[in-house]
Amino acid sequence: MNQNAQRIVNNPKFQELVTKRSAFAWTLSIAMLVIYFGFILLVAFGKEFLGTPIGSGVTTWGMPIGVVTILSAFILTGIYVYRANGEFDELNRQILEETK
Amino acid sequence: MRAVTTRIASTAAASAAAAGALLPISAYAAGAVDGAVQKQATNVSAIVMFLVFVLFTLGITYWAARRTKSAKDFYAAGGGITGFQNGLAIAGDYMSAASFLGIAGLVYANGFDGLIYSVGFLVGWPIVLFLIAERLRNLGKYTFADVASYRFKQTPIRTLSACGSLATVTFYLIAQMVGAGKLIQLLFGLDYMFAVIIVGVLMIGYVTFGGMLATTWVQIIKAVLLLSGASFMAFMILAKFGFSPEAMFKAAVDVHPKGVAIMSPGAFVSDPVDTISLGLTLMFGTAGLPHILMRFFTVSDAKEARKSVFYATGLIGYFYILTFIIGFGAIVLILGKDANGAYPFLTAAPAEGIKAAVASVIGGTNMAAIHTAHAVGGDLFFGFISAVAFATILAVVAGLTLAGASAVSHDLYASVFARGRVNEADEIRVSKITTVVIGIVSIVLGVAFENQNVAFMVGLAFAIAASTNFPILLMSMFWGKMTTRGAVMGGAIGLISACVMIALGPTVWKAVLGHPTAIVGYANPGVFSIILAFAGIWFFSITDNSAQAQKERRDFEDQYVRSQTGLGAEGASAH
Repeated sequence: MNQNAQRIVNNPKFQELVTKRSAFAWTLSIAMLVIYFGFILLVAFGKEFLGTPIGSGVTTWGMPIGVVTILSAFILTGIYVYRANGEFDELNRQILEETK
Repeated sequence: MRAVTTRIASTAAASAAAAGALLPISAYAAGAVDGAVQKQATNVSAIVMFLVFVLFTLGITYWAARRTKSAKDFYAAGGGITGFQNGLAIAGDYMSAASFLGIAGLVYANGFDGLIYSVGFLVGWPIVLFLIAERLRNLGKYTFADVASYRFKQTPIRTLSACGSLATVTFYLIAQMVGAGKLIQLLFGLDYMFAVIIVGVLMIGYVTFGGMLATTWVQIIKAVLLLSGASFMAFMILAKFGFSPEAMFKAAVDVHPKGVAIMSPGAFVSDPVDTISLGLTLMFGTAGLPHILMRFFTVSDAKEARKSVFYATGLIGYFYILTFIIGFGAIVLILGKDANGAYPFLTAAPAEGIKAAVASVIGGTNMAAIHTAHAVGGDLFFGFISAVAFATILAVVAGLTLAGASAVSHDLYASVFARGRVNEADEIRVSKITTVVIGIVSIVLGVAFENQNVAFMVGLAFAIAASTNFPILLMSMFWGKMTTRGAVMGGAIGLISACVMIALGPTVWKAVLGHPTAIVGYANPGVFSIILAFAGIWFFSITDNSAQAQKERRDFEDQYVRSQTGLGAEGASAH
């Protein structure tokens, strides 16, 4: 094994980075899957609900739910990038710095 | 040259019937323009604006060519693209002509159901960001096979990855070429052959001379033009209704023959297994498309790679919301009377007291967005949108061609054939020759498939990407016990099962080959082929105890550290 890589693996900060970032990435991935497949299952089994008008108009619940599903994808990526490019990259920078 | 435009109701009805028959399988609307088309009147303003686009992009190609010297410049634009630019380019790869015209047309015909497609095409992106983007950027150089083969035997993995890439690229290219041929008849009123030759020749030009830099900028320009045009349309439509979606929906329900049914899910999801399978295929297929994965190597580091996906997701989501508004606007503007009490976009005015049929739109439902552009922006804007719609195909095929050429030159030639003993100049030369070959082959295939049903091809491309490229790539980065044997066997099982199940399924066996019933009941076999691929990788890896396998497992930690920290990753520019 490469010497630098060995030193990084032994650095507790590396373990911290990997644990935190993986947990965060998997949590968000599962959130996205739950939202998406929740939407698909609603489309398959909750047609009545999605087709119910909001109030007295013709706009149905399906419309905002569909749009929110699209927005949630964008918001989740935003949350990840904010934390990964800030907190995690700072930790990463320190790890690489200490390896030099 | 110009054929007489046929605007008789029976032709329109026939094309609508074809479109209707395709509905359950046209889930890949974002990649293929299908169904019968009728050539329209020559659209001079559109042709002029398209020529301006071509001249401008050729200027960019000239500029890019002077800056493209090394292999890194050619394959990865020197690694100097910013996160925002790359986000625009990725969004551009996704906003194909067919996703603009196809999804707007789908909303026009079915209302709410169009939204289900859009969501499916979007949700792959967050997954790409969370699990793949930064590792890919940290490990790779020019192609995704660099990552997939990182610690494995180069020859088998590179060969399999290159096969996966070329298969994906070829099916996608055929669908695009046929789409171009159909669109040029609808949008410019020119012949099918023109489109195939123009697209083939220009894509060779962009890629051979300008490499990734030109390919990226052509895509960025197109993305900006398309987003601007679609934003303007959505704005004008909403303005007509005092910016009240409710008022717009109400007007649409009043004129649409399906009435209030367009506001709720229709028959789109008839089989939940098929739908979930489609969802998985779209999600993982997105993460396995070689021309999109390649874009992650054009940015300087993992930070910019993450930003690219963030911007791309936002832009694509925004674009899908626009197409949804445009689709509803199309219902009102096409099926309703205009200010003069006429129906300018229908083949025939409906009888008094009867709602106009969706299918009576001139040119078929794919034209819904184009007619809407005409209605909200007049002749000049109509020309602009037509030109942009055609330009989108050009930009997408350039990216596909570059990905195909890289698979041949970087994976097959440099790594497999020459075993790494090759200089950059030779490698680039092979890539350029391959580009010319791919260009010529796609012209030939575009002509050969003119009258074929190509709706299944984008589905096949996604299925192969999801069942071969993606499992190998993901497992190689996440699972330390994977071995060369596992990767090759699992990838091959995924490739074969996806192809065989699609060939025996309703889209090919029934719709293309004309058999009365399909042998495989599912149009989207993704859920089976993806699971088979992962299971294959797992089984053939854990049972592999060769010395090579032991070494590959030991090498994982080095790869792991680099994938997480970027230690030793490719920098912004090699020179």
